Amino acid sequence: MASIRLAVPETANQGDVIEIKALIQHEMESGFRRGSRGEAIPRDIITTFECTYNGKQIFSAEFYPAIAANPILTFHTIATENGTLVFTWRDQNGQIWSDEAAIEVT
Amino acid sequence: MIRAGLLLVLALAPGCGRADQTPSEKTLEKDDIRSGYTFLTADTQALQDDDFANPGLLWVDRGQALFQSTAESEASCASCHANGLQGVAARYPALDTASGALLNLEGRINSCRTEHQGLPSLAYESDQLLALTAYVAEQSAGMPADVQTSGAANAAYQQGRDYFLTRRGQFNLSCQQCHTENWGKQLRGDTLSQGHGNGFPAYRLEWQSLGSLQRRLRDCDTGVRAEPLPYGSETYIALELYLAGRSQGLDLESPAVRR
Repeated sequence: MASIRLAVPETANQGDVIEIKALIQHEMESGFRRGSRGEAIPRDIITTFECTYNGKQIFSAEFYPAIAANPILTFHTIATENGTLVFTWRDQNGQIWSDEAAIEVT
Repeated sequence: MIRAGLLLVLALAPGCGRADQTPSEKTLEKDDIRSGYTFLTADTQALQDDDFANPGLLWVDRGQALFQSTAESEASCASCHANGLQGVAARYPALDTASGALLNLEGRINSCRTEHQGLPSLAYESDQLLALTAYVAEQSAGMPADVQTSGAANAAYQQGRDYFLTRRGQFNLSCQQCHTENWGKQLRGDTLSQGHGNGFPAYRLEWQSLGSLQRRLRDCDTGVRAEPLPYGSETYIALELYLAGRSQGLDLESPAVRR
């Protein structure tokens, strides 16, 4: 189970540029390291991230092995309407973690 | 490997010959006790201070959920500790009144699990134990360390003190030589800290994870090429008590961010 932290303003004025932050607990094992007995540690990384706002994609990212553990993303969008932001991370094996946050736009 | 050369230089410095008798304790000046935080770069300090982005908070969140959870046992932690555990971490390690054993926070959590919840102990450095420890420790952030080192706890305190003062490993260094006598000086790219445990469990950038104070102690022992003690060893818990006593009055910072 991965722990997720989201920072989305609860309320915003229509047209405001809002800052969004998303943090997830993940080892982001690069696949280039070796354990104490010399054995290769297999790669285990998140490969894609997506954020949707009422179903419409507003931000996406591809992750690679050089991204550190517990990745945090900060990005901006324009508050257009009341609704829900859904954050989805998908790892190399297709496992998905998702969380959402509501925003009220006045 | 990188540290090896420098530690060797330290070991060859005058006055560092092998001691035949118990080395004497050198103490930090009372008003010169400095948290590991003060040795960090501004960027790392900012990460610790950020109450959203501090990655240690991922474990605190998880710990909070586990603390309320009744998935494993009908009695959750919160069903006894409804008002939280503010200030508790500042008093640990402490003697368990029932068994007389010295317990650190991890040990206290595990004894609650086995004695009151009918659950198995959690392994050191398991995600669950780190999360619960971080959640409990975070409730004492900003409060000064205030452990009992006299009376019945004195024997353990002395045991921890002995460990701190005794030279060990291929480099033949004691904890005190780096962290009391030479703190503030450079060990290659690193500045030697005073070696306080006030930020633990802490998120270390080197680990890319949260880790317990004992994990840090094992790293220190490995660093001087000594055999690290097993997790949960009585000697390490005694050393935790000595360290807490040595940092008496210093505010707790868990979940801190450290190099």
